[in-house]
Amino acid sequence: MQRLTAENVTLGYDQRVIAENLSVEIPDHSFTVIVGPNACGKSTLLRALSRMLKPSAGRVLLDGQAIGSMPAKKVAKTLGLLPQSSIAPDGITVADLVARGRYPHQGLLRQWSPEDERIVVESMTSTGVAELADRSVDELSGGQRQRVWIAMALAQQTPLLLLDEPTTFLDIQHQLDVLDLCAELHENQGRTLVAVLHDLNHAARYATYLIAMRAGEVVAEGPPAEVVTAELVERVFGLNCQVIDDPATGTPLVIPAARRARTKARAAATAVQGLDGLWGPGSQGAAAGLRAGS
Amino acid sequence: MTAKLPTDQPVRSAGPRAVRSPGGMSLRVDRRAVSVAVLLTASAFVLAVLLIGTGDFPIAPWDVVRTVLGNGSPADDFIVNDLRMPRVLVALLVGAALGMSGAVFQSVSRNPLGSPDLLGFGYGSAVGALVVIILFNGSAGAVAVGALVGGLLAGIAVYLLAYKKGIQGYRLVLVGIGASAVLVAVIQYLITKAQLVEASRALVWLTGSLAGRDWAQVWPLLAVCAVLFPVILGHGRALRMMEMGDDAAYALGVPVERTRLLLMLAAILLTTAASAAAGPISFIALAAPQLARRLTRSPGGNLLTAGLMGSVLLLVSDWASQRAFGADQLPVGVVTGLVGGVYLLWLLVTERKAGRI
Repeated sequence: MQRLTAENVTLGYDQRVIAENLSVEIPDHSFTVIVGPNACGKSTLLRALSRMLKPSAGRVLLDGQAIGSMPAKKVAKTLGLLPQSSIAPDGITVADLVARGRYPHQGLLRQWSPEDERIVVESMTSTGVAELADRSVDELSGGQRQRVWIAMALAQQTPLLLLDEPTTFLDIQHQLDVLDLCAELHENQGRTLVAVLHDLNHAARYATYLIAMRAGEVVAEGPPAEVVTAELVERVFGLNCQVIDDPATGTPLVIPAARRARTKARAAATAVQGLDGLWGPGSQGAAAGLRAGS
Repeated sequence: MTAKLPTDQPVRSAGPRAVRSPGGMSLRVDRRAVSVAVLLTASAFVLAVLLIGTGDFPIAPWDVVRTVLGNGSPADDFIVNDLRMPRVLVALLVGAALGMSGAVFQSVSRNPLGSPDLLGFGYGSAVGALVVIILFNGSAGAVAVGALVGGLLAGIAVYLLAYKKGIQGYRLVLVGIGASAVLVAVIQYLITKAQLVEASRALVWLTGSLAGRDWAQVWPLLAVCAVLFPVILGHGRALRMMEMGDDAAYALGVPVERTRLLLMLAAILLTTAASAAAGPISFIALAAPQLARRLTRSPGGNLLTAGLMGSVLLLVSDWASQRAFGADQLPVGVVTGLVGGVYLLWLLVTERKAGRI
C-alpha cells in the first residue's frame, strides 16, 4: 500500500461531475507526473489528493487514513502543495516568505526554533535562492519567484510534495530550470513528487512514473518509457504523432505529425527542425491558448 | 535533507528576530513592529492624560496622573475619575476595537477598502439604534442593544450574501456597498417618520460622539474587548498565511473557512460593540490598519499596531475637536469623518495609480 492513494473517488464542482470512480496510487519515492488534455480532470485529481477538493464519493487516503478527517496541521506536516496561484504579500522578503513554510510545525508559543531557522536556510540553498534572502519577492523574475515558492513548500519538510502546473507562465528556460530542480529534489532528498504538467515531452523527460488521463479516466500509467507510445498519444490527446528516443536523454519524445498543408510546403523539413518547433515558442503559445480556454 | 551548508550562518541581516526561552518556547518578533507598538502605547497614554486635563476646568497633566493614582483633591477626583476618565476609556477601547476589526476585514478581503465603514455594518448598527430611538423612544442602554443587534444582523447578512464557495474580497466589498445603500435608505425613511425631538436625538447618535460617556458604557465594552482581542490576536499568524491565498494557507494547514468565519464574527462583534458605545465613528477602521502597515513596514494584518493606532487616532480626533471648538461642541464623529473623507480620496487615487482599482 502506497502512502497516498485515491479509492474510487467521484470528483466535481457543484453538480458538474469531472471524474467518476477514479482510483490512483502514487508510488512512494516516485516523481509522478499527471498528463492529459485540458479539462481531463488532472488538476482536479491533484486538488483531491491535496484535500483541497472533497470527493463526493470514495476517499483519498494518506498513510491509510481518510485525508478529509485528519487535522489540517497534521496533513500539512506530511503533504505539501504548491498551488497554481499564490499571492506574495506586498513587500515581503524572500526569507520571510520561505519561513512561512514552517507554519504547520509552529505554535503560538513555539514560533521560531533554531530548527526552523536551519531548515529555511537549507530550503533556500537547495533551490538556489539563498543570495536573494533579503530581497523583496516583488522584485524577482517569474522564474526566481517560482523557486521561492518551491523553497517555501520545501521548508514545510513534507515527504510528499504536490505541484499544480509549476511551469505555467514561465519561459522555456525557466520551465526546464524548475523541472531540473524538481528532479534534483526527488533524487537527492528522496521525496515523493506529484506534478501536473501540460507538456507531454517535459513529462516524459522528467517523470519516473506517468499517469495519463482523458475525460476523467486514467488511460495509462507506468514509467514513461513503457507508457508513451504513438498509439497512447493518439488515444489521450487525439494527436497523430511518432515517438522517437529523445537524443539528449533517451526518454520518449513525441513528434506531432505535420499538417497536410505544411507537409507540402516543408517537404524537406528535417526532424531537427521539427524538434525546434516543438520546444520553441510555439509550444508555449499553445499552452497559453489552452490556459485561456480553461 | 542532504544539502550541506553552514547552519550557523544567519538567515538574514534585518527583520524578525527570535526570542527564545530555555523551555523550548520561542517567539518571533520584528524589532520595528515592537518599537512602533511601544511608541503608539506611549502616545496613547500621553494623549489620554492630556485629554483628561482638557475641558471647562483644565487640570495639569501631573495633577491628572496624581488623581488617577488616588492622591488628588476631591474636586479633581470627581472631574477626573467620574466625568472624564470613562470618556477617555471609551475612546481608547472604541479606537482599538475599530482599528483591529478594520485590520481583520482588510486582510480577509485583501482589499484596503474592505473596512467595516464601507461594508454596511455601521449602517446596520445605525438602523438598530434608530429603530429603538424613533419607534420605541428607548433609553440609552436600549439604544446600545439596538445598535448591537442591528450591526450583527447586517454583518451576518453581508457575510451570507457574499458567500459563494468561500468569501472573496471584491464580492464582499460589493455586497457591503449594496447593503450600505439599502440601509442608508432605511435610515432616511426612519428619520422622516420621527418627531422633532427623536429626530434630533437620532442625528446626534448618527454623528458618533464621545460626549457624556460614563462607566456604564465602559464595562460592557471592556468585557467584549477583553474576550475578542486575544481571540483575534491568537489567529494573527493564520491570518497572515491566508494573505497568500486560500490554497496556499490550506496547504500550510490553516483551516481557512473556519478561521475566516471566526475572525469575521469577532470583528463584526467588535465593530458593533464600538458603535453601541459611541455611535458610528467613521474613518478609524479604514485608516488605522493602513497607517500601521506603513509605520511597521511589514506586510500583513499588523493587528496589534492597527488597534493601538486606532486608539491614538480617536484620542487625537477627540482632543482636536475639544481644543478647536470647546468641550462637546463638535462630536468627534464629525472630525474623524472629515479627515476620513480626505483619506479615502487619497487612498482611491493611490490605489488607482498602483493599478489595483
